[in-house]
This record gives sequence, structure tokens and C-alpha cells, in this order.
Amino acid sequence: EKQKLIEEVHALVTVRDAKHTNFVEFRNFKIVYRRYAGLYFCICVDVNDNNLAYLEAIHNFVEVLNEFFHNVCELDLVFNFYKVYSVVDEMFLAGEIRETSQIKVLKQLTTLTSLE
Amino acid sequence: MSNPIRLRDLIRQIRSAKTAAEERAVVQKECAYIRDAFRDEDNTWRCRNVAKLLYVSLLGYPAHFGQLECLKLIASARFTDKRIGYLGAMLLLDERQDIHVLITNSLKNDLNHSNQYIAGLALCALGSICSPEMSRDLGGEVEKLMKSSNPFLKKKAVLCAVRIIRKVPEQFDVFQNSIRSLLSEKNHGVLLTAIALIIEMCQQNSQALQIFRKLVPNLVRILKNLIMSGYSPEHDVSGISDPFLQVQLLRLMRILGRNDLEASETMNDILAQVSTNTENSKNVGNAILYETVLTIMDIKSESGLRVLAVNILGRFLLNNDKNIRYVALNTLLRVVHADHSAVQRHRATIVECLKDADVSIKRRAMELCFALINSNNIRTMINEMITFLATCEPEFRADCTSNMFLAMERFSPSKRWHVDQMIRVLTTAGNSVRDDIVSSLISIISSTSELHGYTAQQLYKIIRNDITQQPLVQVASWTLGEFGDLFVSGQYQHPDDNEHVQASEDEIVGVLEKILNWSICTVVTREYAINALMKLSTRFPSCSDRIQSVMTVYACNMNLELQTRAVEYTSLFTKHNPIRPSIVERMPVLVSNAASNTANEETSYEPEESPSFNGQNHSVQSTNPSEHVDDLFKMLDETPQTNGRTDSNTHSNILDLLNSGSPQVSSSSNPLEDILFGDDLSKNESMNGSNSTIPSMKVIDKNGLLIVFQFEKQDSILVIHLHATNSTSIPLKNFTFKAAVPKTFNLELLPPNSTTIPANNSGDVRQIIKISNPNKDKLRMRIKLSYSSNDFQVNDEAELNTFPEQCYT
Repeated sequence: EKQKLIEEVHALVTVRDAKHTNFVEFRNFKIVYRRYAGLYFCICVDVNDNNLAYLEAIHNFVEVLNEFFHNVCELDLVFNFYKVYSVVDEMFLAGEIRETSQIKVLKQLTTLTSLE
Repeated sequence: MSNPIRLRDLIRQIRSAKTAAEERAVVQKECAYIRDAFRDEDNTWRCRNVAKLLYVSLLGYPAHFGQLECLKLIASARFTDKRIGYLGAMLLLDERQDIHVLITNSLKNDLNHSNQYIAGLALCALGSICSPEMSRDLGGEVEKLMKSSNPFLKKKAVLCAVRIIRKVPEQFDVFQNSIRSLLSEKNHGVLLTAIALIIEMCQQNSQALQIFRKLVPNLVRILKNLIMSGYSPEHDVSGISDPFLQVQLLRLMRILGRNDLEASETMNDILAQVSTNTENSKNVGNAILYETVLTIMDIKSESGLRVLAVNILGRFLLNNDKNIRYVALNTLLRVVHADHSAVQRHRATIVECLKDADVSIKRRAMELCFALINSNNIRTMINEMITFLATCEPEFRADCTSNMFLAMERFSPSKRWHVDQMIRVLTTAGNSVRDDIVSSLISIISSTSELHGYTAQQLYKIIRNDITQQPLVQVASWTLGEFGDLFVSGQYQHPDDNEHVQASEDEIVGVLEKILNWSICTVVTREYAINALMKLSTRFPSCSDRIQSVMTVYACNMNLELQTRAVEYTSLFTKHNPIRPSIVERMPVLVSNAASNTANEETSYEPEESPSFNGQNHSVQSTNPSEHVDDLFKMLDETPQTNGRTDSNTHSNILDLLNSGSPQVSSSSNPLEDILFGDDLSKNESMNGSNSTIPSMKVIDKNGLLIVFQFEKQDSILVIHLHATNSTSIPLKNFTFKAAVPKTFNLELLPPNSTTIPANNSGDVRQIIKISNPNKDKLRMRIKLSYSSNDFQVNDEAELNTFPEQCYT
């Protein structure tokens, strides 16, 4: 079922080119997405939420990823998917934004990796 | 067993597979290996195996056999194991699995662990996959962690609390007390999460709203500090300090300030400050401004602030970034009903947005345009909308056309312009208009008698060249059928442009025949054409032979509807030739008010056209009930009241009725048919001199008081029985009724049976009025009534002109 969801979202988002807005309606929610090279980062939020703020959140997240992996590329994300998850956990939890300061997040992550 | 391959190698292997089949083979081999490893209970490589399993599940392959392994990993002492274990749990398990309850114990232990990172892991997992049972069990632990001094843990704990409350709203009490202390934290992250928690609480629980309203001054202070306190490199994004926190604060303020005057007042200043100080060159600033606008709109702010908000939205519209324009259009749509005039200023920009490439922007711009139409700008706006209609996507067209008609009904400056524009719309959008628009257009045309010839000419000009747009052709055939003779004789108000077209009777008949014969036209259109031809047979006597031969041809047509009509019309020519003129004479003004519904009972006869009649009965009742009344009783002075029917409710009702009532599509064109024959049969009835009952007439229906006249003729005296009922819950006392008639009548008013009308329709007051009409003039009456309701005196008077004809013939 998760796969079905992923396919649906994929179909919705990939057909949109640069001329379209970054927001798309999906079931009862809306998807805010941003495209970075070959990757689409999508966040699914309520219809009432502030679109622009979540665009910023996506960008924040990508910046953290960049810092963490030192110029991240797609392969980094694939090979280290569990680390990506830990970054997600640092920044978002239970559907809300948790920490916005990149410095703090990065510090946290370095400590975590040293534990392993 | 040899060492399992490393995660990295597995990934490399999978990615290097060139076809899907190859990839599947690799994955299956690895999964089989992993399954064996799990069975062997080997601890050393378990975490690596689980990691590989997780990767494979990310790709979409089933991995449920790994769930139990995750549990074992969580229970182990090593940090890496735990990490992978929790990750696996979060990915593979959700509330629907039963296994996840087993994690509860491990979670509990880990939450109390001294190592903050482990506790953090546990909190993460809890936050992601919490279920109601788990929340109840672990709520207390989470709350304890919220109070801990470690901000890292605090943040996670608070967000866990958010999820817990979402799942189990009763847990609210547990967390309530700790909230206030959280707000005084300096740490932005904690603040952010605390506010999220408060928002969640307020959304669930209105009690919380009361409690947290007291915190509004605190929030205002925090926001002020944020804006003022200069540069803080940690949380800053492009020069604006912690926009996420600002946005959350604004959101919370919005929720707290809704419907609460006091809270809103405290917020006014800070909102104004934020709006003016935030720079809007980057997306971040815009995000904050947008949130501010939303907040201003929702709380009870003062009007200056609202104007400021609308101006901000207007600035957004001019921005090049389409995201921002989209967002602005969306919000303006919500605002326009409240603050109409402020939005009008930006009308030009909105019209520009109609031409944008993005579909969603176009749609919103279209809806906004319709909301903004008023009597001043209707001409320009309709022009714009017609250009838009020509280029827009098909799915918009139906909406666009219906909205345009609505707008034109309400605001059109002159009838002629109205008719012109409607014709333009039909020519452009043609086949995507809704069904009821044809009938409404027809009723409008028929109600403006001075335009009859003019309309006929315009329509003829269009359809002689192009008959692809079905609704247009339908309207045109009807008009030509009714008013073709006016057109041909040239006695009408000529249009100002030079394209004056004159047609002869033959040409008109030729066009109608072309429509009839062309198989691309729908059956409905052809029915309209055949009716029109019939009408023209009397109006254009020279063509009547030609028309008769057409009818005979169609009497053998494959389509049942057409054949029926053709056969009937042929019989009109042959057997019933004498009554043909009276049947097809000009229709009286089509009216659309739903007044005399009782008239419909009169028309329940026609066995010959019963298949189409049932559908017709329904639609007639809602669209043209008084058509029947008109034709049966020749009442001509009701004013056309087209306003009541043009709200979208009626449209959808009519659509439903038309859809449900007609497996035959022909219901919409039946009014013509049925009225022709209705007229015929009623004439037969009255010629037989049968004492057909005169329909009752509703005189007044106001404030719960309903007065109905029922008529009875005794020799030459008309006896009116007056029934007065009261549907309010208060009885109406001292009810008196007075009536006056013109001098040529004699009126006798007998005393009523009581002067108190009981409440809730439980009884009525009757009174008898006798009128004698020696000169057989049209009956008119002026009535005056007075009553008292709860000691409140009400006087009312009315003039009645619309008595059924049989009252005085």
C-alpha cells in the first residue's frame, strides 16, 4: 500500500514542469514539493498549512543534508539511507517541525555517528 | 555460514542489475539468505542483515519477515543495533500490525535509560508509530521527559506528546501543566515544539483555548523579541531570524484570536509591525507575510489592518513567482466575500492572471473574477471572460459558462446586451454549457418583446453558416419558429452595425430543414427544429406545403421521438387542419416563478405522450410551472421573475431532475409539445362546458401567515372561500380581512368563523366572499389585513390582479 502511495505521488509530481506552482492537491491534503537536480523532495501537509513556510522547511532540510554528507549527491542518499532517516528524525517528528537550527542538528548528528 | 555481504555491496549489486528481472533475482537470493540467517539466531550480523532488508523494502519488496528481528535488535544493548532496530520498526511496522505492541516494553525501558541518545531513539520511534494503547501506557514517561533539563530530549518529548494527543485526546490533562513552563524557554527548538503542542491541544479541545488565551501577551512578547533582537546566526534563514518560529507563533495567535475580541486587540500592534518590517524579496519573508495575512483575516482585527492585509496580497499578485501568486489568489478568494471593495482594486491584476500557464492559477483567477463582477464592471469583465473561454481548458468551460450566465442575470445593464452576450457565449463555448441554460435563455428572449425580431435576425446570421454548437442551434430554432415572421417582415429594431441581413421565408425554412436533416445534430436539436418548422407552417403560409412534405417524410423516421412528432404534425395538417393556427400561435411570455403549482394537476392527461411526459412533469414544476397556467388560462400580466431561479441550487436540482426523469433526452423540449396539446385539450374541455374546478390561489404567504382563496362558481356569482392558516408557533389574534373591488363589481363579505388563527397550522379561519360580475370584467381586488401576534400589531395590504380567468368568464 505504501508502494501505491509512492506511485501516485510520483505520477502527480513528475509531470509538472517549471511553469507550474510547487503545490499540488492530493486526496484531502496538499503536497509541497521542490526539485533539486534529479530529486523531488515532497512534503504532504494539510490544506490549511502555510505552503511557503514548508517550502522553506524543505530547503532547510536539503541544506542540512548537504552539510552532513559534504556536498551530497544522490548516491550518498542511496547508500546511507539509514543516516538520512536519522537526519529526518532530528528535524521533523510526529508531523511537525522539530529543530530548525542547522548548527544544532549537525552537532547532534556528529555525536550520534560517533556512538556507532 | 560465510559472512554476509555488506550493505554497501548489496546496494551496488542491485543498482548494477541491468533489467528488472535481474534485480529481482539478486534481491530474492539475498532475502533467502537473510531468512536463513534469521532462523539461525545469529547475533553478530543481525543488524547488517536487517539493514539490507530495510533497503530492500524501500525498493518495494515485501519484508515482513524481518519485523520480529527488529524487535530483537531493539532489545540488544548495542547502540547500533538499537538504531537499526528502531528504524526498522518505524519503517516496517504501523498501527495495524499486532506486533508493535511488543515494542512497548522495550520502549519503556529505553525511555528511562540514562543515555540520552537511546532515550531519544525511543522517543523518535514512539512519535512515529504510536498507537492509542501505547500512548496510554507510556504517556506518563513522556511527560516526565518533558520536564527534564536536556533540551534535546525535551523537544522530542514534546512532539511525542503532540502525537499522543492526536491519537488519544484524553491525555490532554497529563500534559497540560507542563506547558506553561515550556514557553519560558530560551531554546528556539523547544519553543517551536511547545507551540506545536499548544496548537494541537487548542484544535482538539475548546477548553484549552480558554486557558491558553491568557498566554497571548507572552506570545506577543516572544515574537517581538524575535523581530527586534537582531542577528542570531543559528536560526536565521536569509537574514530573517527563525522564520519557522515566527510562522508557528502567528499560527497559534490565529487560533487563539479567532472570535475573541480581547486577544485580537493585543495582537493588532504586533501584527502591523510584522507586516511592515518583514522584507519580502525572498520566499522566507513572503512566507511570514502570508501567515500574517491569514492571521489578520481570521481574528477580529480592525479594518485598517485588514486593508493592509489585502494590500500585501495585492503585492503578492504582482510578484513574478507563481507560487506566491497562487497563494495570493487562494487567500483572496476567501477574503473577497468579507471585504469586497478592497479586493476590487486589484481586479486588473487578477484578470491578468487568467492568462497564466498554470492550470490551478487560472482556475482560481476565474473564480475570483466571477466573485468580483458587479454592475459597474460587467461589460469589461464579460469581454475578458469570453476571451478566456475561447482559450481555456475544457473542464473549466461548464463552470465558466454557468457563472457567466449567473453574473449576467444579476448585473446586465440592458436586455439587448444580455441577449447579445449570451449568444456570444453560446457561439464560443457551445457544447459545454449546461442543459438548463437553453431554457433560461429562451425564457429571457420571450420576455423581452421588443427584442424578438432582433434576436431572430442575430441568430439567423450565425446559424446559417455554422450549426455545430448544439445549444445555440436549439435556441435559434426556437426563436426562428416563434418570431420568424417578424424577422422576415423587417418590423423590428435594427441593430446599429451594418450587417443587416434579410432573409426570405424559404431561406429560413431551408436552414431549419438543414438542421433537421443533418445527422450530427443531436436528437434534441432536431426536435426543436421540427417544432419550429411546424410553427412556421402557419406563419409562412407559402411554405406550408413544403413543410407538410417534410413532416410526411419524417413520419417514417427511425427515431421514435421524431417520428411521433412528425406523425402528429401530419395529422394536424390533414385531419385537424382547422385548429392548426390556434395551436401554433405565438407562445405567451414564459415565466419562471413557482407560484401556481396547483395548475399542474390540470395537465395530467395526455396518454399519447406519456413516455416523455413524466420527465416533463418534474422539470416543468421547477422551471416553467406557469407556462401551463399561461396557456390554459391566458394570464398575461405576471412580471417575469427570473431572479429566483438562477442560483446554483436550482441549477443542480434541475440537472438532477432532468437526469433522473428522462431516459429520453427530450424532456427539455417538451414544453412546446405539451403546451400545444395541453392547449388543445383544455379548449375541448371548456367547449364541453364542464364545470372544471378553478385552481385555488395563494394570496399571501408572509411571516407564517398563509391565505388561500378557493373559488366556486354558483350561477353568475363567484364565491371565494378564504382559508387563513398560521405556521408560526404564536397564535394570531384579532385577525380582520377587508377587501375592495372596482366599481363594476359587487362584493359581499360574510363574517369569518373566528378571528384567531391558531398556531402551527392546527386550524384555520374561514371567510366567504361573494362577488358578482355582471360586465364580465377582469377581476381585481385590493385587500387589507391586520392581526396581532404576541401583542405586536401587524397591518398588511396587497393588490391582487392574478385571478384565474374562469373566475370571471
